[in-house]
This record gives sequence, structure tokens and C-alpha cells, in this order.
Amino acid sequence: MSLLELRGVSRSYGEGSASVNALQEVSLSVDEGAMVAVMGPSGSGKSTLLSIAGTLEEPTSGEVRVGGQPVSAMSRGAKARLRRRTIGYVFQDFNLLPGLTAAENVALPLELDGTSGRKARLAALRTLERFGLGERASHYPDTMSGGERQRVAIARAMVGERKLVLADEPSGALDSVNGEAVMRLLHDACKKAGMGAVVVTHDAQLASWADRVVFLRDGHVTDQTAPPKDPQSLLTPEAET
Amino acid sequence: MSVRHAMLALLSEGPKYGLRLREEFEARTGDVWPLNVGQVYTTLQRLERDGLVATVPEGDRGNDGGDDGAHKAYHLTDDGSSELARWLRTPPDLSSPPRDELVMKVLVAMRVPGTDVREVIQAHRRYLVELMQQWTRIREDDASDLSMSLAVDAELFRLDSVVRWLDAAEARIARAGAPGSTDHPDQARAPLPRHRREARTPR
Repeated sequence: MSLLELRGVSRSYGEGSASVNALQEVSLSVDEGAMVAVMGPSGSGKSTLLSIAGTLEEPTSGEVRVGGQPVSAMSRGAKARLRRRTIGYVFQDFNLLPGLTAAENVALPLELDGTSGRKARLAALRTLERFGLGERASHYPDTMSGGERQRVAIARAMVGERKLVLADEPSGALDSVNGEAVMRLLHDACKKAGMGAVVVTHDAQLASWADRVVFLRDGHVTDQTAPPKDPQSLLTPEAET
Repeated sequence: MSVRHAMLALLSEGPKYGLRLREEFEARTGDVWPLNVGQVYTTLQRLERDGLVATVPEGDRGNDGGDDGAHKAYHLTDDGSSELARWLRTPPDLSSPPRDELVMKVLVAMRVPGTDVREVIQAHRRYLVELMQQWTRIREDDASDLSMSLAVDAELFRLDSVVRWLDAAEARIARAGAPGSTDHPDQARAPLPRHRREARTPR
């Protein structure tokens, strides 16, 4: 079953001659365990696509389904629950709350969803430990490195029973080693925990972690990569030439 | 890549047989560049001719490399050590741009009527990203292999630089006023100077 499905989604801003089509007839589906990257230049509609997929914005036309359920039929409350329970968001600039420790930041979405403080904190600590951040749990974001902060943000996006992670340039503010670590966490979440992920990026090295890369231009999906080939074919002597 | 200097580097650790050199070369380069036995022996013969390596006298050979009598063990000479030290510190010649087939294709595509340059660029971009996906998978399949990871990183950065060039080329062509289809930038730019010329002409 598709965790996320966009069917013929369009989004325009403004009216009449001033109207701008940010997305046009975009269809995209993300299955369990799949990591999809969306590549495109600035202004190609990548962030709009992610906002619509994350139910933060409504399409002008077309349908969005999360976990098989059409989002348009959901009440505001149901959408808010979906965003707290099912979807995790990762942003380029981390968006951690500065007055909260790493553990409190990670526990926050669970607490907002009604989980008791103690249970939420335990779940947060477990997730932070899994990401190698157990010892940093009581630190505040401003005392952590960029790579650590982004790992905390990913922990927050995956804590609980999340199924879908949406990441907007998740390693845009990081060096290549930390960027790779972030992509490995997202990749592992898909391959080991069966989550689905959409990663928006203009960076081909990050996109190359994905099972499928979708290319966006002027609001249209213009192309996508073929299903993965056997990587070992690159290591045969014939590949030398 | 210099197989010759890679052999010198492997011999800097101590005397070795040809077969072992081949195995170690492949292992240290993460199996990214397979080598045939012929290449190894031709290289060793040339290194010996140039006085950079020498064969180990028979009586001094240990059990290293499983000598069956048919193969010789080699060691590095003093000249070989100096050559290795010099080579490691000498930057490869990157001063003159290589004749790049991809660059030529994009330049030519802008001149061919009825050709959508953006579509040409995208075909190459997709191919490069697919290659990068394969390399990333190879690296992640054995992330503990440092040599492999370094060799794959080099390949990923190289391919990434080509994708970036394609992105920059597409943006530059768009800025130059070629919306991608049959127009080419020179034609698209032409109206401005002509307009200025007309504006200056007295009626």
C-alpha cells in the first residue's frame, strides 16, 4: 500500500493574469520502505510539493492520500492528528525549539498528541540513543553542532509510530560528512523500519541515496530515474572503459 | 591512475610477489579498478628496467605470496623510494581542460534546430544520477571498507560536479533567453541590440 499518493495535484497562487502555477498535474506515490528524492532548481515547486504532501497546504486540484485515506475528506482535527502521529517533518534549518533540551524537543510531538510526559520522554530517549545521541539528551540545541541538531530533528520526525518522513533539504546546512550521516539515518528508517520518505534536494549526492529520483521543473514532473540496476555491474572489468 | 606508482607504494611495505601485488592493489582500491596479471608483470618489468625495484635474491625469499617458483618477489630500491615520495607530492596535471564529450553535446544541441536543449541536459542528468545511485549503494553495502568508500567518494564527487555543471548550464541558457526549444541563445539575444539601433535611428 502506498503511504503517500499524489494524483494529478496542481497548486496555483493568485488569480487571473497574476496567477502562478507552482505545481501542475503532479502524480507521485511512495510505498512502505521506499525513499524518493525530488530534485529540481529553485522555484521548480519542490517545497510546495512537500507542503501539500505534508497536508500543510491544500492543492488547487487533484487528490492527496496518506496511508490510503484522502486528505481532502479529513476534518481539521484529523489532519492535525495525522501530522502529529503519521508524518514526520525535517527542515533544512532544523526548527528545534531553543528553550527545550534535545529530549524535550523529540518528546514534544508525542506530548502534543496526549502521551504522558514520562512515556514521551522515554520514547524520546530511546530514539536519541538509537541515533547515537543518548549522552546529548539533556543538552540544549544551541550547545550542539549542526550535525547533532539535525539528528535530533530527525529523531523528532521519527519518534512514535510515524510512517512517513518529509525532508526539505535536510543536509543543506551541513558539511558532507554530517550530510551523509543524516541521509544514512533517513535511508535506514526506510529500509529497516519500513517508513517511507520524500527528500527534496537540489544535491545529486543526497538524491543518490534514494530508490527513485523524480525531477521537477516549472511545477511539472519531467522525468524520473529507472529502477535500480545491480550496482555490482559497475565493478566488472568491462565497466573500466 | 598510475599502476606503476601504486606498485611502488605497495612494495614500500616490504618485498612482495606479483600475484600478491595484484590482490593488494585491488583490495586497496576497493575493487573499483580490476587489474589483470599481465598488467602487473609488465609494470614490474618496466620498474625493474628503470632501477626502481629489484628482484629479491632466491635465498632470501620467505613464504610470502605462495611462490611456486614461476614468480619472482620484488623489493623497492632507494631510487624507487625517492620516486614514490616525489610522485605522492606531485599534483596531477589538471591545468588544461579535458576535451569533454558531454560539454560538446550540450554546445552542439544549442545549434541543432528543433532540439530541446533542456531535454538533452535532462537525459544526461538522469543517467548521471542513476550512476550515482549505484555507487552510493556499493559504498553502503560495505561501509566498513575504507578504501572502497574513498574510491567511491571520488567517483561520486566527480559525477556530482558534472550534474552541477548541467544545472548551471541549464540556468545560464535560460537566462540567455533560450526557452529550451528551437530558439538558441544567440538568436534570442538579438532583439535587444536591434531595438536599440532602431531607437537611435532618426525618423
